[in-house]
Amino acid sequence: MHQVEIATTRETLLDSPEMILNMGPQHPSTHGVLRVVLRLDGETVMDLDCDIGYLHRGMEKIAESRQYPMIAPYWDRLDYLAAVSNGLVWVETVEQMMGLDVPPRAHYIRTILTELNRIASHLLWLATHALDIGAVTVLLWCLREREEILKIFERQFGARLTCHAWRIGGMPNDAYDDFEKDVRQFVNNFPKRIDEYETVLSENRIWLSRTVGIGVISAEDAIAIGLSGPALRGSGVAWDIRKARPYAAYADMDFDIPLGENGDTYDRYLVRLEEMRQSRRIVQQAIDNLPDGPVNAKVPKIVKPPAGDYYHSIEGPKGEIGCYLVADGTSSPWRVRVRPPSLINLQALRQMCIGHLVADVVAIIGTLDIVLGEIDR
Amino acid sequence: MSKELENKGQTNVQAETTPSNSVTPSPLVAALRREKPDWAGEVIEAFGEVTVIVPRENILEICSYLKTAPGFEFNFLADLCAADRGPEEEPRFEVNYHLFSITKHHRLRLKVLLNDDDPHVQTVTGVWRTANWHERETFDLMGIIFDGHPDLRRILLPDDWEGHALRKDFPLRGFDARRSAS
Repeated sequence: MHQVEIATTRETLLDSPEMILNMGPQHPSTHGVLRVVLRLDGETVMDLDCDIGYLHRGMEKIAESRQYPMIAPYWDRLDYLAAVSNGLVWVETVEQMMGLDVPPRAHYIRTILTELNRIASHLLWLATHALDIGAVTVLLWCLREREEILKIFERQFGARLTCHAWRIGGMPNDAYDDFEKDVRQFVNNFPKRIDEYETVLSENRIWLSRTVGIGVISAEDAIAIGLSGPALRGSGVAWDIRKARPYAAYADMDFDIPLGENGDTYDRYLVRLEEMRQSRRIVQQAIDNLPDGPVNAKVPKIVKPPAGDYYHSIEGPKGEIGCYLVADGTSSPWRVRVRPPSLINLQALRQMCIGHLVADVVAIIGTLDIVLGEIDR
Repeated sequence: MSKELENKGQTNVQAETTPSNSVTPSPLVAALRREKPDWAGEVIEAFGEVTVIVPRENILEICSYLKTAPGFEFNFLADLCAADRGPEEEPRFEVNYHLFSITKHHRLRLKVLLNDDDPHVQTVTGVWRTANWHERETFDLMGIIFDGHPDLRRILLPDDWEGHALRKDFPLRGFDARRSAS
């Protein structure tokens, strides 16, 4: 596939102390089909190059020949661990372009389920990240809690992973009968679960030696390289779209933005754990103040946003999910662009890995929390 | 607000707005026009967003300026993408720069229009490093050539791929892109 230009100072590879190592695309710790080509000196990474595109399905091209409501299920397949968030950015983009007035109840339910999705995504991140580093117990625990969330999704949307959660203008159905009960049960049980993970990891000597000081990125570099989400906040930059440019019902919610200090893998771990606690707080507030009323705006039978272009972004579990829509006044978009947070975050891999050991590459890929479905689209 | 804007030397237009979701695009554009009148060719305000169409020659200069100038501080390039207006349109391509300011919390879209026979624009990787992969992807899928890019090669599609898949004249069906296109 892609040519990797690697400069060797010696005549042949045998003479050289440097070695080229292919990691992936079929490698369990690359979380999908990511190929990383490493130039090594001994076990130290001198340089690396990412080869992506194995999962490219041409989503943006496909969307140009689909009608607006038909595109939403495709968006679930971008970041399949955060299908609910992806769906939200799409419907909100179209709604805001059309000027639809989505009822507050729909906004609240969206907020609850999107935050649950963030928790589910972070849980799977923690599970696989810990597994990569060698802590198997956490995997089982995290999947146990994630299961509770997926059960709520299944009862609400009829699907666990690719939910097709929203419709333009609102929701396909109102919340199911036991929705409040289920969500409250999860919200009440969850804090002690996070404490459990902390007991196992936060002061664990192996965990500390594998994460502290690994993959350090400064705040300036993080901004320059375009990191977003927990990866940016781990470096101490307070940038959260939920606070800065609130969407759905986030303007009514009270929550904190956890920040790291050193910008290393351990700080990003702490940030994500705290984010789960804050997400739980948001869900708690939203379910306590859940308004009554309809869950759908008045939407024309054929969705036709006015001609023009519009960019909207939300804070997904991995960072800023953006959607740039060029409408031409017909029932299909002229051009759709997704701003995938994982792709931009992955760009930081090279800088974060150079000088570390091969084993740390695994930890750094884990800490970036990438999903290849979103990177390749 | 207007009084402060009339002050010619004052570019700090966002100073009195709270850094919440309050977007005050018009002062932004007013300040831009006042500071660099020959840059901002056409300004479009739609759906609460501001788009500035800038001449191709000035993109690097304008981006460097906007990144650091007080009052703008667009230190975060959220997205860079291109759109094809259609093979018969002239100019055919538009390259969009979605700028964000992490300190000021405002956003701005810059748009560069390019002709079909000369889809070249200067790279902004020197301003925001994040533009590297964005520009590679735009080159890969839309065929825009970013002059001065350190590593302009395909990123999603294979190296031996022919054509640029997001162009409107790229065929949706068939095995051989060139044959079915003709």
